[in-house]
Amino acid sequence: MKPGPFTYHDPTSVDDAVALLAGHEDVKLLAGGQSLMPMLNMRFVVPDHVIDLNGVADMSGIADTGDALAIGAMTRQCDLASSEIVAARAPILREALSFVGHFQTRNRGTIGGSLCHLDPAAEQPTVAAAYDAELTIVGPEGTREVAFAEWPLAYMMANLAPDELLTQIRFPYWQEAHGAAFVEFARRHGDFAIIGVAALLAVEDGKITRASVAVGGADVQPLRLADVETMLVGAAPGDAVFAEAGAMARKIDAMSDAYVTTQYRQRLAGVLVERALAQAASRATGGE
Amino acid sequence: MADKREITVTINGQAQTAEVETRTNLADFLRHELELTGTHVGCEHGVCGACTVLVDGAAVRSCLMLAVQADGHEVTSVEGLAAADGTLHPVQEAFWKNHGLQCGFCTPGMVISVAAFLKDNPNPTEADVRSAISGNICRCTGYQGIVAAALEAAETMRQEG
Ligand code: FES
Ligand code: FES
Repeated sequence: MKPGPFTYHDPTSVDDAVALLAGHEDVKLLAGGQSLMPMLNMRFVVPDHVIDLNGVADMSGIADTGDALAIGAMTRQCDLASSEIVAARAPILREALSFVGHFQTRNRGTIGGSLCHLDPAAEQPTVAAAYDAELTIVGPEGTREVAFAEWPLAYMMANLAPDELLTQIRFPYWQEAHGAAFVEFARRHGDFAIIGVAALLAVEDGKITRASVAVGGADVQPLRLADVETMLVGAAPGDAVFAEAGAMARKIDAMSDAYVTTQYRQRLAGVLVERALAQAASRATGGE
Repeated sequence: MADKREITVTINGQAQTAEVETRTNLADFLRHELELTGTHVGCEHGVCGACTVLVDGAAVRSCLMLAVQADGHEVTSVEGLAAADGTLHPVQEAFWKNHGLQCGFCTPGMVISVAAFLKDNPNPTEADVRSAISGNICRCTGYQGIVAAALEAAETMRQEG
């Protein structure tokens, strides 16, 4: 239960981190450490090199760019949860963070770490999916942008080459009047969700004009429910249409494991989609 | 060859310099190098909370941090909570009065977590307290005494200002 031996590197700039990545084989990047450290302790991973990003300048911070919320990958979850910009511009992120681990882990854990680790039931990737977040990746060839839809490649595998680094995440603002909600069910507070749902709804003149629904925990990556979104647009928000959305969500592709069956996950997805939509709609029209 | 670094960490107000293997976690550094065995190690993977310490005033799990990452930072372990003359911290006092511990294994992490939580939330409800200690596992008390202790400590700390 102790990490295997590795060589530790602590770059102070993104350029140095990229150069270190390019110069070494079998490297793990250390962000907040709330997933990697357990894996090191248990020797699930035994890398030759660990590159610690905690001392890298310019990788953390929260900014309102006018059309998006721009977040440095090394921004800690506690700082996001207490940020006034987040509360004002993307309150769903703050709501989701209240379910992420415990305050002691949020004091270290980072949003970029969570997006790169990509646990299927993690809250931050689910919100990123709902928001069509945009990610900035830096590698030896320079910078590239990735849409969140292109980010998960497989189970816990992000669209990130071994010599690349995630530096920034942007949540493009919805310009329409809208409401959003994050709901989840877990056995214990702070556990990964069995199912978590992020929903955003724009409502104008009593009609839904835009909808985004993402479900985490069901499949190996967060799923956007495109069929539900299409059905919602044009409809009047209300119990009947949200119940229909819930019924559609129950047909979601869902995993089964030793604790939770496919059927249970599907049923939970239905219930939580319905609840998230009702809450998002209520918030869209000024309620809670 | 072992990868080593010399680090200087301010622990409970005192600067300590030591050479550590970079893979050593902060909990082991405190316990094995500095012989501060108040910090307990339960699970070593971030689940039990027994290893909680303050780093620059924020509660973190010391099994999920490398000692080398604490270089240049301030760490408070449970040994640093009481005053120099032995007067208990209000949280420690309240745990003692309210039977907030039995075997004591979870206690250092509980006490540190509650102290950190109350600093930011001086007037918590019982539900707030339960949520605050949800990352600390106790196998003995059933949590009742711990919750009572946290609420009493909150009141003491409010009165003391
Ligand atoms: S020993 Fe660190 S959380 Fe259990
Ligand atoms: S007092 Fe024994 S584990 Fe909490």
